[in-house]
Amino acid sequence: MSRALEPLLTSRYGIEESWKLANAERAGAYEVARQALTTRKPEELREQVKKANIRGRGGAGFPAGVKWGFLNRQEGEQIYLVINADESEPGTFKDRSIMDLDPHRLVEGAIISCFAIDAHVAYIYVRGELAFSVARLEQAIADARQAGYLGERPFGIDHAIDVYVHSGAGAYICGEETALLNSLEGRRGEPRLKPPFPAVKGAFGMPTIVNNVETIASVPDIVQMGGDAWSALGQLPGDGGVRIYGVSGHVKNPGLFEAPVGITMRELIDDYAGGMLGDRPLKAVIPGGSSTPVLDPRRKVDAPNEDHPLHKWHGQSEIDVPMGVDTYRALGTMLGTCCAIVMDDTVNMVEACRNLMRFYKHESCGQCTPCREGTGWLVDVLDNLCNGRGKPDDVDLLVNISNNMMGNTICAFADGTAMPMLGMVQKFREEFMDAAIHGLPDGVRHDDSVRSMVEGGV
Amino acid sequence: MAFALTPEREQQVDDILTRYPERRAALLPVLWLCQRQNGWIGPEVVEYVAERLELSTAIIKGVVTFYTMFFDEPVGENVVWVCRTLSCDLRGGKAIQDHLEKKLGCTAGHTSPDGKFTLLKAECLAACGQAPMVQINDYYYENLNVAQLDRIIDAHAAQGGEAAAAEFSTCATFGTPRGSGGGSVTSAPPPPSREAVRLASQPPPASDEKGEGS
Repeated sequence: MSRALEPLLTSRYGIEESWKLANAERAGAYEVARQALTTRKPEELREQVKKANIRGRGGAGFPAGVKWGFLNRQEGEQIYLVINADESEPGTFKDRSIMDLDPHRLVEGAIISCFAIDAHVAYIYVRGELAFSVARLEQAIADARQAGYLGERPFGIDHAIDVYVHSGAGAYICGEETALLNSLEGRRGEPRLKPPFPAVKGAFGMPTIVNNVETIASVPDIVQMGGDAWSALGQLPGDGGVRIYGVSGHVKNPGLFEAPVGITMRELIDDYAGGMLGDRPLKAVIPGGSSTPVLDPRRKVDAPNEDHPLHKWHGQSEIDVPMGVDTYRALGTMLGTCCAIVMDDTVNMVEACRNLMRFYKHESCGQCTPCREGTGWLVDVLDNLCNGRGKPDDVDLLVNISNNMMGNTICAFADGTAMPMLGMVQKFREEFMDAAIHGLPDGVRHDDSVRSMVEGGV
Repeated sequence: MAFALTPEREQQVDDILTRYPERRAALLPVLWLCQRQNGWIGPEVVEYVAERLELSTAIIKGVVTFYTMFFDEPVGENVVWVCRTLSCDLRGGKAIQDHLEKKLGCTAGHTSPDGKFTLLKAECLAACGQAPMVQINDYYYENLNVAQLDRIIDAHAAQGGEAAAAEFSTCATFGTPRGSGGGSVTSAPPPPSREAVRLASQPPPASDEKGEGS
């Protein structure tokens, strides 16, 4: 299949003052919502989202249409839509662009989604640091309300819809959906035991759908094109549409790119992000946020069996496998948020790993012992390795600690720490052993490739 | 002395309370209003919020101490968060922190001797493609080098945070140099705006046609 790519999600980013209602409307904003609310039935809309095969864009990749299907309202209950804009996974920076550059797409998506799942209130939970994005969203909501698209009778129909922004205050864990709900309710952002899942008992004890910003922002396109057509934009079965990819680290043009589901990591780095900074060799890439295990371009896909989902790519580099939720799971990593962190050959993997593990130590909510203690121990062991106080056993100790964190906690945070830790040791074991025996080389740091630019710039 | 919100902010609290089915849900937004007015959340603020939202002070302290952006001790006039997570560190985050420590005369976690800046290390601020970056007060400053950083810090010292933000702060803009943030209820509204995200919503010519897959 071959096709020219027309931007969909980002089609209004380039418009002058794209965040203003009049400008966004001139480029088509709210047409789909008007049509959907006035001429279509909620169940039809839900069906389209299901057909679209949209895998949740927040990182877990759960099919959004299936999630919506879990709603089963009991008498007297009201349904809430909660939009997760707590974008905090290291390496991830896509949702902010939607809020800053096309807030009306998100509001329109929220209106259609509320109508489709029979919710009357949507809360957009934005991480506290993004005060500017909050301001843009609040303005967009106020303008949409003024125009009659929100409120008691949006587009004149009898289905009240209100959208509110709720600002967090600095806590990675609030991106976990039940922690987010606690934070929304004015509590510490500590995850809840599941079940009950939010679709049964979520915000304020009511059935709640929690979706990522990009997922909701895709809904207008899905409804307009029809689920099947939108799904077919993607290049993989069961994983539809287009998405926003991000690239950070050692590439020539870090940034965001819209592309279909199913491009390869090599294409993302070379064709979209302009290739490696200074044309240095690619050493490793963390594919979709820091919790997704690292890819090593030297490693080949090992899938000789014809039944293996990756058989088609047997013998090719890990970075030549199409980026999809299921393909990446088969590869032993995760697609996550599709925002890659690219590292060249100057990076010491033990030091890079220590950087990320410090993040997890800082962000663990502290509820569960394996996570609270485990993240701290990982940092302590890595500190020893980096400071020349390590011993060869320490490498296995990292593995041992990680294995004892996995699956032993309320939420997926501990797994999200242990998986990348295990991936690092598995793929770069020699480097860890080397650090255990010799410590790190003097003055090792991550920014050798760019320091002259940073320190010498004007 | 007892703490009280300004009448304007009191009205905002009333408005916030209408958004949620439970009073307690207003806690984070109300704490934000208080911190924006007072600079930090001290015991008097906790007392005030407890009364206004009918919650115990223990609950409020529990929440305040959970979130890194709520300050339970006084901070400098400007709070500088330097992002040191991996994407920023790959692009010079440490050099940015080292420079700030020298320039401000304090290490991370402390306030400069003149009280103008508190320097804090931040975990990932979701601006990874525009690394290295810092957040100062409510605004982002991205694609930094030390010369630009000097100008930004000097502007904060000389003109104050809002004027500096109007000149230097960045948001995810595409091609348009300045924008207006618009009014806001729960958060400081004003507008930054410079092009920060180099966003290629259209992929580069080489990949206009995708041929593989099927």
